[in-house]
Amino acid sequence: MSAVSDAPAVPRTLVGIEGVSRRFGAVTALDEVSLDIRQGEFFALLGPSGCGKTTLLRILAGFESPDAGAVTLDGADLLALPAHRRPVNLMFQSYALFPHMSVARNIAYGLEREKLPRAEVRTRVAEVLATVGLTEQAARRPHQLSGGQRQRVALARAIVKRPRLLLLDEPLSALDKKVRAEMQLELKRLQHEVGITFVVVTHDQEEAMSLADRIAVMQDGRVQQVDAPVRLYERPATPFVAGFIGANNLFEGTVAGDGLSVAGLGTLPARGGFAAGAPALLGVRPESVRLGENGILTGVVADVSFYGGVSHIAVRVPGHDRPILVAAQGPSQVRAGAEVGLGWSPDDAVLIAR
Amino acid sequence: MPRRRLIYVPFWATYVFLYTPIVVLVVMSFNSGKSPYVFQGVSLKWYGELAADATVRQGLVNTLIVAAGTTVLSTVLGTLLAVGMARHTRSRLLDALGLLPAVLPDLVLAIGLLVFYSTVRMTLGLHSVILAHTVFGMAFVAAVVRTRLTHADTSLEEASRDLGASPLTTFTRITLPTLAPGIAAGALLAFTLSIDEFVIAFFTAAPTEPTLPIVIYSMVRFGVTPEINALATILLAVSFTVVIVAQRMTRLTESLS
Repeated sequence: MSAVSDAPAVPRTLVGIEGVSRRFGAVTALDEVSLDIRQGEFFALLGPSGCGKTTLLRILAGFESPDAGAVTLDGADLLALPAHRRPVNLMFQSYALFPHMSVARNIAYGLEREKLPRAEVRTRVAEVLATVGLTEQAARRPHQLSGGQRQRVALARAIVKRPRLLLLDEPLSALDKKVRAEMQLELKRLQHEVGITFVVVTHDQEEAMSLADRIAVMQDGRVQQVDAPVRLYERPATPFVAGFIGANNLFEGTVAGDGLSVAGLGTLPARGGFAAGAPALLGVRPESVRLGENGILTGVVADVSFYGGVSHIAVRVPGHDRPILVAAQGPSQVRAGAEVGLGWSPDDAVLIAR
Repeated sequence: MPRRRLIYVPFWATYVFLYTPIVVLVVMSFNSGKSPYVFQGVSLKWYGELAADATVRQGLVNTLIVAAGTTVLSTVLGTLLAVGMARHTRSRLLDALGLLPAVLPDLVLAIGLLVFYSTVRMTLGLHSVILAHTVFGMAFVAAVVRTRLTHADTSLEEASRDLGASPLTTFTRITLPTLAPGIAAGALLAFTLSIDEFVIAFFTAAPTEPTLPIVIYSMVRFGVTPEINALATILLAVSFTVVIVAQRMTRLTESLS
């Protein structure tokens, strides 16, 4: 049988990262990190500062070498190539635009290094300028542009090289809120349009969730979980992910037959294939918690804040040190001081090994 | 109120002390009389005599050759030294040793170089003065360029490599243009330092090829003439122009980047 082009795409690995470690003196920036980044996907490395995500990005770009481990691109050893010979481009957090060159010269720089004919360089620069909407700013210097425009130039300069892999270091962090939202959509549109595999590094979980097809959550040089944003939100695999991604109500206890047995609160319902008696964490999202006359727990409303579309209600439950967060649609009916019951469906609660 | 004004007296006194000799020198260079102390009338007579003096002319040519050679050598070597220190070593000792010739007493350098030249049996001439001046000129250029390098954004060089430029292309297309203001300032500094350097030139020049400061020194030994005032005034004008141009250039290129 011959291959059919529109057969269900089997995700093909573009970048294979295997057991990569990197130490800086006593600090372990990366500890045996293994990841597969697939052809054509928008991949995010998410984690707090110092988790090793930037080191991993710099290893992919060729500015750092790992102490141990292997990195392949299309099955070929990537680490053997110096930075300037890799089919990989990086969009710097600071953008790193060349201040002594115009926008057009900045973008042409990478193509000129490939020794392409001048006419081709000119057409490709014009094309990419049109793609990012900066045709009229072509002759300007970087310092004459706004933050958002500089970011587009940095992006254009990287994608014009048509790399196999585009790395983006905190791409939206230098922009103000409104421009950020615009550029977020723009990045997604561009990624679809040019079909390049994107790897974005960010500490902002909303940014990662909204942009990426898959996210690797990192902490202390280790990969905690790799999943699609929705899976990551609904089924966090480690206590760190449960606390880092979105708001969560977490309870510590031991697994009982039909949930988690928590000291002072009784057994809280949840589903999960853990052996009874194992120590675990139960996580339930604020929007999964229902307020009612009676429920699994009872508490006193401590605070109600209305955010337009939703209300956030904090409920103090005796025996639990942190207030339980509840998100309700629309303006809330309860007032601070009222006694309420809290309940959730066992399907909405997730058990996490600890 | 009078008390507050009194505070300014030492301030102005300092300026008077600093600039009176220079003002007197410039004014006296336009004196028509022969005495360097009594002003008799305005004239450009001494500038004319200066132009006619073959020794002075030869001294000036020698000095310009030395200054030009020193500037070229110091700028190239000093820039490379700065890049090496900033990008390829973390040794603070090497850093300090690289910049040391800028602060070493001239006499130490002069004697050291003279001993060195005679050890390797090098004949003295303008070339030996150029080499000697390059020793400290290079350190000054390196110091200026080094300062700029430490403030420069290393991600520019990384971006260049990322876009496919070899290390050499990155150096010529990105590093050098970013450093240009520093390099220009360093070059002008080396030029001005070389032009009026006396001690080291005196030790390392051949007696037959004196530089201008040495020529002036031998003229002064027979008494200060208005001709020397005129010469000093010209040197002053050249130094001023160079310093002002250097500052302008630095500011201009800085506002561009």
